[in-house]
Amino acid sequence: MNTGVLLRIESISKSFPGVKALDGVSFDILEGEVHAIVGENGAGKSTLMNILSGVYAPDTGKLYFAGKEVQFKDPRHAQETGIAMIHQELSLANHLSVMENIYLGRLTRNRFGFVNYKEMYKKCKSDLECLGVTDIDPDTLIADLSVSQMQMVEIAKALSFKSKLIIMDEPSSSLTRKETEMLFATINSLKQSGVSVLYISHRMEEIFEISDRVTVLRDGTYIKTLNTKDTNAKELVSLMVGREFNKTFQRKIKKIQDGEKPILEVQGLSYGKKVNNVSFKLYPGEILALTGLVGAGRTELVQTLFGLYRKESGKILLNGKEVEINSPTEAIKHGLGLVPEGRKTQGLFLGMKIRENITMANLPKLCRFLFIESKNEQEKAEYYVSKLRVKATDIEQQVRYLSGGNQQKTIIARWLLNNPKVLFLDEPTHGVDVGAKSEIYEIINNLASEGVGIVLISSELPEVLTLADRILVMHNGRITGELSREEADQEIIMEYATNQLNKEMVK
Amino acid sequence: MLSINQAETSLQKKSKGNLLSKLAKSKEFSVLVALFVLCLVVSLLSPYFLKMQNIFNVLRQISVIGILAVGEALIIITGGIDLSVGSVLGFMGVMTALLAKLHLPPVIIFFAAIIIGSAVSTISGLLTTKIKINPFIVTLGMMSIAKGFSLLITGGMPISIENNITYLGSGYIGPVPVPVIIMFIVAAIGHIFASRTLPGRNIYAVGNNERAAKLSGIRVDRVKIMVFSIMGALCALSGMILSGTLKTAEPTAGSGYEMDVIAAVVIGGASLSGGEGSIIGVIIGAAIMGVLRNSFVLLGVSAYWQVVAIGVVTIGAVALDSLKTKRD
Ligand SMILES: Nc1ncnc2c1ncn2[C@@H]1O[C@H](COP(=O)(O)OP(=O)(O)OP(=O)(O)O)[C@@H](O)[C@H]1O
Ligand SMILES: [Mg+2]
Repeated sequence: MNTGVLLRIESISKSFPGVKALDGVSFDILEGEVHAIVGENGAGKSTLMNILSGVYAPDTGKLYFAGKEVQFKDPRHAQETGIAMIHQELSLANHLSVMENIYLGRLTRNRFGFVNYKEMYKKCKSDLECLGVTDIDPDTLIADLSVSQMQMVEIAKALSFKSKLIIMDEPSSSLTRKETEMLFATINSLKQSGVSVLYISHRMEEIFEISDRVTVLRDGTYIKTLNTKDTNAKELVSLMVGREFNKTFQRKIKKIQDGEKPILEVQGLSYGKKVNNVSFKLYPGEILALTGLVGAGRTELVQTLFGLYRKESGKILLNGKEVEINSPTEAIKHGLGLVPEGRKTQGLFLGMKIRENITMANLPKLCRFLFIESKNEQEKAEYYVSKLRVKATDIEQQVRYLSGGNQQKTIIARWLLNNPKVLFLDEPTHGVDVGAKSEIYEIINNLASEGVGIVLISSELPEVLTLADRILVMHNGRITGELSREEADQEIIMEYATNQLNKEMVK
Repeated sequence: MLSINQAETSLQKKSKGNLLSKLAKSKEFSVLVALFVLCLVVSLLSPYFLKMQNIFNVLRQISVIGILAVGEALIIITGGIDLSVGSVLGFMGVMTALLAKLHLPPVIIFFAAIIIGSAVSTISGLLTTKIKINPFIVTLGMMSIAKGFSLLITGGMPISIENNITYLGSGYIGPVPVPVIIMFIVAAIGHIFASRTLPGRNIYAVGNNERAAKLSGIRVDRVKIMVFSIMGALCALSGMILSGTLKTAEPTAGSGYEMDVIAAVVIGGASLSGGEGSIIGVIIGAAIMGVLRNSFVLLGVSAYWQVVAIGVVTIGAVALDSLKTKRD
């Protein structure tokens, strides 16, 4: 490893109306190192990265890139200097193809000035293959990809710039283990060739796996930079939250009693190719995890149950009675709730206030003759903002100005407020920091002990292994295995997920 | 934890935040300032502008645009658009005249017209949601259809109206023209509807993120149809006012109004990409359009140039809007 300083960050400050997002942050990034940045939601990580990549200009402070002071006019300028960024929120153009997105603004042209599609297609395919991605055709529209595929495209795009420094703001947040491993292999080979990587993640195990050094930010201030091998998760988290942190959440496994009646029963449900003859039972107070590779059909399954898609066959029984659910509206009336994946695409009303975002699914109950009881609404929103520790100036702030993890918390609040009897959670802690995560686990656990049935989709195995009572593994739209938490571990789940096992072989 | 305490105290502090500074930061405020500046300039150029007589005249002109703009704003907030408002207005003027010919009492005429107008626009709403045709195309078609029917029914000739329904357009309460009062009532109801009620909130939700709205249990199609129905009712109301003012139904009345209306909505701070806008802002936007038109007359700009100018203003307003959204 080379020890030259690639980027020197010198007392950078940045304020937004009502918040000082960064306050005199200084540290160095060395050549060829993987440098992790950690901090709570709203600590200022994304803001700092946006400054390094030319999205924002700092209020005060200086940047020195390879020894020379730089002031970026815009992201393009930063890219030309050698800094590329993978944004926390996907920033791809939905109605363009994968290939066009990757080479946007620098399409290969032939000698007549026309875009040379054939060459670009080849280049794109090889760029994706370097990342181990073989299932994305360069011609596919972004809109047709899954969230994690989009994330892989975003990564491929940043890599294609041939930069000296690549900033990755929670690149792995919707990737499963397998894809994350591909990403890490790529990062390691970048490192070999002398490229530096700034890596943001709330997953501690990733920090320790991939980074050389780690910098902690708290409330917009720089706390410390440590050698990763000289520290541990507990110390990092304590530095992040500013006090001793030793909360580890443990859930007591719920055993299904004999003769207990399921709260939700699904029989032979099918929808298109993604949900294929799925049957399962969910008991009151149980947390049932759905795992599988990305694209296994987990999201489609819960969204079909929630009435977003019209099922082609099968039955849904709630408390033993068959119900017809043709729309989310009806699902909610039956007491179902869904925290959807993809907060920007399916969850948030970006231009609306935190208060309005939190109460959206519950509004009919907060109304009198169609008039919103504003006092009541305000109290409900305020309660959840402080309960989930949403960091914001006030509940009237537009949700677009919150940090990623805090946005996610408002969506969780929306569904907690709704008092569901059955709650589907699709990547509920996406981008949420360690402290808030255990807070949310506690809330989920409490809901379960009140008798709510919970279906959890999570690409984070540790999350599944802490929360779930039972685990269903899906592959290609089918349920390929069922495990109890005791028998589950990383390997077995992976084997089911890739369908290398079937149930008889384990038993 | 430090950060939480900070967040909580700042929460308390901010919720008491001072009203004046909030007002000064609001979008409506900058539009209001623009209106004042415009009025100031016009009154300097033409002393007649601030005469009582002229002020009521301007207000009367604003009223029809203002009423339509309230409905158009609701549609634009959901992310849709209605280009047919002018010709549906004209059509409803003709319908009013026909109903008046039957010697019905004004109250019956009033409600019948509201129902017919609402039905006409509901068709546009149904076509955009159920058959998923772009609202731009649907309402462009509806514009032509409504205009065609107006011409067919009247044979292209104006019909005079002899019925007390004309009071809506030509009446006065004290010195104040009735249309002006109607506009303020519509604006007040519209404002409360948009900001305080469940369907009003749903309109913003749909415009912000349709999929998230659906997943939050909002019946998106219903919301979209509803705003068209409201628009139709307001077209009917404006049709009665406009034909009542002249005591005649002109088959081509209202043509071109969609320009003023959309410009008013966009100037008032609504975004054509949906999800944003306020009724108060839109009414101020309508006032700006009305004052502009009035100033053209006062300053002797030819009628033809006025048409050009309104087009320029509309494009200008929309261009500003799209630059603004691009920056975000
Ligand atoms: N454009 C903006 N306008 C106003 N406030 C902002 C804006 N962007 C960020 N903030 C605020 O600045 C603070 C830092 O936000 P930032 O996005 O950098 O946090 P983060 O460390 O990336 O958090 P997360 O882990 O949740 O992604 C937050 O309090 C956030 O609300
Ligand atoms: Mg962030």
